[in-house]
Amino acid sequence: MTVQEVEQGRYRSPFYPRQAELDRLFQWHDWKGYATADGFYETDLEYFAIRNSTGVFDLTPMTKYRITGPDSFVFVDRLVTRDMSKIKPGRVAYAVWCDDEGQVIDDGTIFHLKDGEYRLCSQERHMAWLNMSSIGLDVTVVDETADVCGLAVQGPTSFSILKKMGLDGIENLRPFGLTHFEFQGAELMVSRTGFTGDLGYELWVSNEKAIDLWDALFAAGQNYGIMAIGTDALEHSRLEAGLIAAYIDFLPANATVRSGRSRSPLELGLEWLVDFKKPNFNGRCALAQEKRRGSTWRLVKLDIEGNKPAHHSYIYSNPRKKKEIGFITSAAWSPVCKQNIALGTVRVPHGAVGEKLLVEIYYQREMHWSRVMAEATVVDKPFWDPPRKRATPPGPF
Amino acid sequence: MSERYDVVVVGAGHNGLICASLLGKAGKKVLVIEANDQVGGAAVTREFADGYSVSSVAHLLYQLQREVQKDLRLKLDLATDGLGTVALSPEGNHVRLKGSEVSGVSKEDAAEYRNFCKRMMRFSDLLRTYLNKTPPRLAKDASRSDMLTLAQLGFDIRRLGKVEMREFLRLIGMNIRDEAVERFESALLRGAVCLDAVMGTHLGPRSPNTILTYLYRLAGTHGKISQPKGGMSSVTEALAHSARDNGVVIRTGMRVKRVIIDNGRAVGVETESGEVFSSRLVVSNADPKSTIMNLVGARNVETEFTHRIHHIRSKGNAAKIHLALDGLPVIEGVDKREFGDRFLIAPHDDYVERAFNHAKYGEASVKPVFEITFPSFRDASLAPTGKHVMSAIVQYVPYGLREGWSEKTRDAFQKLAIDTLADYMPDLHGRITAAELLTPKDIEDQFHISGGHWHHGELQFDQFLFTRPVGGAAQYAMPLDGLYLCGAGAHPGGGVSGAAGRNAARAILKAEKPV
Amino acid sequence: MKTYDAIVVGAGHNGLTNAAYLAKSGLNVLCLEKNDYIGGATVSRNLYKDWFYSNCSYVCSLLRPEIFRDLDLARHGLQVTPYGGGTVFMQNGDYLGNYPNAEVHYREYARFSKSDADAYERYSADTMRQCRFIRDFLLRTPPDPTSFRPKDLKELAHLGSKFFEMGEQRMYDTIRFWTMSVAEYLDEYFETDVIKAALSGSGIIGTALGIHSPGTAYVLLHHYMGDVDGNMGAWGYARGGMGSVAKAINSAFLSYGGELRTDAGVEQITVRNNKVTGVALTSGEEIKAPIVVSAMDVKRTFLKCMDKNDLDDDFYRRVKNFKIRGSSGKLNIALDGMPTFPALPKGSPLLDGDMHFIDSMERMERAYDDWKEGTWSKDPYVDMVIPTVCDPTMAPPGKHFMSCFVQYCPAQIEGRDWTDEERDQFGKTVIDQISEYSPDFKDLILHCEVRTPREIENEAGLTEGNIFHGELTMDQLMFNRPIPGYAQYRGPVGGLYMCGSSNHPGGGVMAAPGCNAAREILFDLRRPDITPVNFGDD
Repeated sequence: MTVQEVEQGRYRSPFYPRQAELDRLFQWHDWKGYATADGFYETDLEYFAIRNSTGVFDLTPMTKYRITGPDSFVFVDRLVTRDMSKIKPGRVAYAVWCDDEGQVIDDGTIFHLKDGEYRLCSQERHMAWLNMSSIGLDVTVVDETADVCGLAVQGPTSFSILKKMGLDGIENLRPFGLTHFEFQGAELMVSRTGFTGDLGYELWVSNEKAIDLWDALFAAGQNYGIMAIGTDALEHSRLEAGLIAAYIDFLPANATVRSGRSRSPLELGLEWLVDFKKPNFNGRCALAQEKRRGSTWRLVKLDIEGNKPAHHSYIYSNPRKKKEIGFITSAAWSPVCKQNIALGTVRVPHGAVGEKLLVEIYYQREMHWSRVMAEATVVDKPFWDPPRKRATPPGPF
Repeated sequence: MSERYDVVVVGAGHNGLICASLLGKAGKKVLVIEANDQVGGAAVTREFADGYSVSSVAHLLYQLQREVQKDLRLKLDLATDGLGTVALSPEGNHVRLKGSEVSGVSKEDAAEYRNFCKRMMRFSDLLRTYLNKTPPRLAKDASRSDMLTLAQLGFDIRRLGKVEMREFLRLIGMNIRDEAVERFESALLRGAVCLDAVMGTHLGPRSPNTILTYLYRLAGTHGKISQPKGGMSSVTEALAHSARDNGVVIRTGMRVKRVIIDNGRAVGVETESGEVFSSRLVVSNADPKSTIMNLVGARNVETEFTHRIHHIRSKGNAAKIHLALDGLPVIEGVDKREFGDRFLIAPHDDYVERAFNHAKYGEASVKPVFEITFPSFRDASLAPTGKHVMSAIVQYVPYGLREGWSEKTRDAFQKLAIDTLADYMPDLHGRITAAELLTPKDIEDQFHISGGHWHHGELQFDQFLFTRPVGGAAQYAMPLDGLYLCGAGAHPGGGVSGAAGRNAARAILKAEKPV
Repeated sequence: MKTYDAIVVGAGHNGLTNAAYLAKSGLNVLCLEKNDYIGGATVSRNLYKDWFYSNCSYVCSLLRPEIFRDLDLARHGLQVTPYGGGTVFMQNGDYLGNYPNAEVHYREYARFSKSDADAYERYSADTMRQCRFIRDFLLRTPPDPTSFRPKDLKELAHLGSKFFEMGEQRMYDTIRFWTMSVAEYLDEYFETDVIKAALSGSGIIGTALGIHSPGTAYVLLHHYMGDVDGNMGAWGYARGGMGSVAKAINSAFLSYGGELRTDAGVEQITVRNNKVTGVALTSGEEIKAPIVVSAMDVKRTFLKCMDKNDLDDDFYRRVKNFKIRGSSGKLNIALDGMPTFPALPKGSPLLDGDMHFIDSMERMERAYDDWKEGTWSKDPYVDMVIPTVCDPTMAPPGKHFMSCFVQYCPAQIEGRDWTDEERDQFGKTVIDQISEYSPDFKDLILHCEVRTPREIENEAGLTEGNIFHGELTMDQLMFNRPIPGYAQYRGPVGGLYMCGSSNHPGGGVMAAPGCNAAREILFDLRRPDITPVNFGDD
C-alpha cells in the first residue's frame, strides 16, 4: 500500500488562477489551510469597492456542512439559539451556537436549502461538535467545504452585476433569502447574505464551475466597478456593520483554556438571536440563569473621539477609576462614516447605550509613541447601515 | 390524558419501589410502571426450570442500607444472614472466610486479614455515610447544603486521625492486588479478596480503583452476606407491599415507551401500548442511558449532556448461570453441611487478572471466575424436595463479545463454565437436569438495563460521587424539568442497597417542597 | 577532616539542582556521585567511537523553564532545540503522521476521520486546561492534608481555589481526567484506532499500567505539561545529548562554590540520636554534615543506604511497599547512516520526529499483558528518535544515533534475574520490529547498547530501572508522594532530606523535586527562599 502524502502547503481555492492574475501584493495568509489574500492591489481601494461599487471576496475556505436526515430540523433547532422553525426553505439564518454552559462556540449562517436539508457555514470547523450533537438523532452531517466554492459579491452595484449576468428574478430575492439558478448547465445558489453590512450576495457553485463563474461575473461587472478584494478590506467593512468575528471579538468556547475567556450570546449583544420560548436548545438552561442573574461582560460598539484607532486599548469608566473595565477587540477609522469606531468588551454594569467611557489609545507617529485618553460613547446601531441593504428590489446602483 | 399522578416512577426495581414508597409515604400520589410481569427489576426470583427457582440477577444481599429498612419498616425474611465464604482450591485445601476471620491460611495471614478487615470496615463506614447522601455540587454558586456536605466530607476524613487519613487517601485510588500481595501470602486468600473487589466491574485486580469497589461492597453490612427466603423477590415484594401500603399504584407488564415532554418539562409517560399517564414528575429507575437516549430522547436535552450520557461505560462483564441439580454435587474437602455458604473460584490473584485480560479484547474468559451459591440448601422452597439449584455469578463475560452473542457463542460459554465448575465438582455433569445462562446481553434484553451492567454503569472514580451518572447531574435531578433518576446509575451505584432510591426520594421531596 | 553544611547524594539532574540552590544560598555543599561521570539518568555517554548516547533520558520538555532561567543554564552551555513530527507505522503499509503544522496535522487526521481531525482541537484544549492546572503545582510543596499548620492550610486553600477557579463542569472533567484510563479518555474524543494508539503512548511511558488501567490519563498529562519556550507539550533535544543538562546544572553548582566528587558511592547515611551525621562512603571514608539530601529514589535511600534500626518500622514497611516497578527498556544504537522508511515519502518532514510501530489499542494493551506475565512485550511500544537529524554533535557527520525507548520491559523475568541471552533477545525483539518498516536498518547498525531495567538499575541506580523513581499512580502523587506524611521532602530523621524524582512532582528531567527540596531546606535553616516561582499564566 502506498499512501499519497497529504498536501503539505496551503490549499489553493479553485478561483486561485484568476486571483493570481490580479494579485499585485503577494500577501496571503492562512484560513483553515487555504491561502487567502490579505488584499490584491490596495486595501483602501478594495474597501471603497465594497461601499461604492462591488467587491468580490473568495469564500471558498468557509466551512460548509450539509445536514440531512429525518431529524435535521430537530438537530439545527437544538444546535442554535434561535427558532429555526421560522426559517423556511429558501431562507438563511444568521445564528450562534453554544455549548451546554451557554458559551458561544461560533456564529455562522444556516441555509435552509430545501425541506429538511440545511447547510451550515462558519469561519471555523465544527465537525466534532456537530457529530457530538448528532448523538441520538437521525441526521447526517457531511463536510462539503472542499466540494463547494463561493464568492461574496458585495456592494451597491452587486445587484446590477448579477442582473447583467443573466440571473433573472434576482430582484425578488429578499435579504436572507436564497435561490437557485442554472449556470452553464450547473446549479448556482445565490443568497442575499454577506459580511459587509451593505447590499450584497453570496454565490455558491461546485468547484469545476469556479473559473466560469468568476469570468462571467467579472465580465458582467466590467462597467460596474467590480474588484477582487482581500481580507483586510472585508475586515474594515464588517466592523462598520457591527458584525463580530471569531478569534477577534470572541473565542470559540471549546477552544478556550482559561476560565472566563468565553462569552455568551447575551454578552456579545446577540440576545435577539436567543429564543427562550424554544423548550430546548444547547445552552438554554445556562442562558436562562444568566438572564436571571445578570451577565459578566457586555459587548459594546463605541464611537470614539478623535481619529486614532483604538487597537487593543484598555477601556476605563469615565471619570476614570484605577482599574480598567474592559478592552477593545476591533478598531478602525471608518472612511465611510468618518468616525473612529470600535468593538469592545466591558464589565457589566458598564456599557449601557449612551454611556461615556474612556479609551486609552497608544499610537505611533514617526516611531514616536504617544498616548491619548479618548472619550468613547456606547452606541447601539451598526455604524454603517444603508437602506439599500434592505431594499427589495434593490436599486440599480 | 387519562390519569393524573404527582409522580410516575418508570421501573419497579428495588430502587424504584423504595423511591415510590417514600414518596407515597410523604403524601404524593405515585404510580410505578414496570415492563416485566413481576416487580423487582434485576432483584427477582424466577422459575428457570420446572420446579426450580432462583434469584435471577442479584442473588445475595450484602448492602441493603439499614436506613431504607428503617424508613420503610421493612421486615425481611432471611434464610440466613451470615453466609460464610469458601475460596475453593483445586487441590481441596480451601480457605474459609467469615467476617474478619479466615481459616486455612497461615497464622500471619489470618492476623493480617483481621487488620485488613478492620481498616477496610472503617473506611467503608466513612464511604457508607456518603452513599446515603446526595453528592454535593462542586461550584462557586453551590448551595449552602452542598458546601456543608463537602465540608463534612473533609471533616470526616480528617476525623479518621492522621495515620488512618493518610492511609485512606493513599488506598482509595489503589488496586486491590497490590494490597492483597503486600499483606497475604495465601494465593487463595488473595484470589478471594481480589474477586470480591472486581465482581460486576470491568476491572482486573491490578486495575487502580479496585480498592474503591471493594469498599463499596462492604459499605452496607460490613460484608455480612445474607440470603432472603424465597429469593430476591421476597425483598422486592416486601418493598412493593410497603409501597402499596403507602398508597402507591403499581402496574406491571407495561413498558414505558417515552417520557412525555411538554415545553421542556417531563409531564408524564406513554407506554408501548399507547396509554398515557400524566404527572407532575417523572422518576426513572431505568439506567441513565436508556432514560435519556430512549425514553427522553437526545432532542430534549443538550449536546454535552447527551455526549456524557452516551459515554457512560456500562458494558457488563458478569453473567449468571443457574443449574437445576438432582442433588448436591461433591466438592472435595467440603462437608455437605457447608453448602449453604458462598463458594469462590478464584484460586489466585493472577488467575483473576488473566480472566480479565480476555474481557479487554471482547473475549470471554477462558478460565472464568465464579461466585457460587446453592440457595436451595437453606431454602427448600426453591427446588423440589431433595433437589437443588445452583446460582453462580461468572465473569468475565463481556457484553460486547467480539464475535457477538448468538445461540452458538452462548452455548459454547455455558459449556465452558460448566466444565470449569466440574473441575471442582467432579460429579456435576451427571447432576444437571437444566441450565440457564444469562449473559449481560440477556440481562439487557430481559431486565432492560443498557449493557446488562448491574451497576447501570461502571463504578469507577470517573463515574462516582460528583460525576455519577455524569458531572452536573449527580443530584438525581436531570437537566430537564420534572425528570429525576433513582436507579443504580445514579449515586451511589448498584447492588441491592436501595441508597439511590432513598436518596432520590429525599432529593425530590426537598426540591419539590413549596417555598 | 573537612566538614560541610550539606551533602547531596547523587549527581543526577535533581541532586545537582538541589546542590546548586543550596550552594547559591551560601551553604558549603558537597555533591557525591557513585559513577565516574555525572548526570545519573541524564547523561550523554561515549560508548562507541565518536558517538554520544543519551542512553537513559533522551528528550527534554519537562525541565522547568523557571529553573533553566534562574540557574542561568544557557550561559552554562545548555541549549534545547524543539523537534517536530512523528509517525506511527501501520501494519497495512499506511502511516499516521504527526505534523508540526496544525493545518497539515488536521489534513492527516482527516485522512482517517474528519471528526477526529476536528476533535483534536477540543482534545488539545481540554488537555491543556489540565496542564495549566498541574503546572501551578510543580514548583510548590504539596500540602499535608492532615496538618493544621498555617503553611499547609494555605497550600491546601491554594489548591482548592485553583480547582474551583476552573468552573463547575471543568472541575468534574478534572476529577474524571485524574482518575480515568487514557484509553477511555481518548474514546471520548476519537473514533480511529490508530489515532488513539498514537496518542495513548504518552499514557504508559515509564508506567507499569496498561492503556486501559484507570489513572493513565494522568500519566499522559505528565508528558504534556512541559514546554519548550512556551510551546506547551513540545519536546526538544538537548544539544550534545541529555548529559548537557546535567553538565550545565553542575557548572552552575560549581560556579556557586559547590564541590563535586565522582567515584564516591555512599555506603550509608549515618545517623545518631535520630539525626543525620553525614555519610560513609563505600571506600570507608566518612564525611560529616548536619544535612544530607538524597537524590536517590526512596527505596535505594532507605533500604540500601540506611540502617533499618534508624527508621521506624511503619516507615520502613511503607518504603518497602513503595511501587517502583521496572517497566521500560532502552536501546541505544550507532548507525552508519540514516535508515530509510519506505512507507514515508522521500524527504518527508516526519522523518525528523519520533517513530512508533504500534497501530492499534489492542496491540498497546497486549504489550502490557506480557509485562504482567513477567516478560518483555513481544510486540512492544517503541518510542524511537534519531536526535542526530537535529543535533550535529552526537555522531560523526552522516552517521546517526538512534534512541529506542521500549515499553514494557520488566525488572525481572518471571520473578528471577535477567540473563544476558534474554537481554539480547529483548534487543532483537525491538530491532526486528523496527526492521519490518525499515529494510536497511539492520545493516546500518554499528553498535547497539541494550538496557533492561537491570542495566539501568546497575548503572544509573534507579531501583528496578523505573524512570520516574516510582509509579505515577494516585496513591503516589502529590501529598502521597513518595509516602503519605513525607511528601514535603523531609526524611524520617532530622537533617535528612529527599530531592529525587520519588518526590513531588515526580519523574522526568524536570528538576522540580531538586528545587522544591532546596526551598524546604532553606526554610528549615531560616534562610531566604531563593528558589524561583512559577512564571504563571501560560
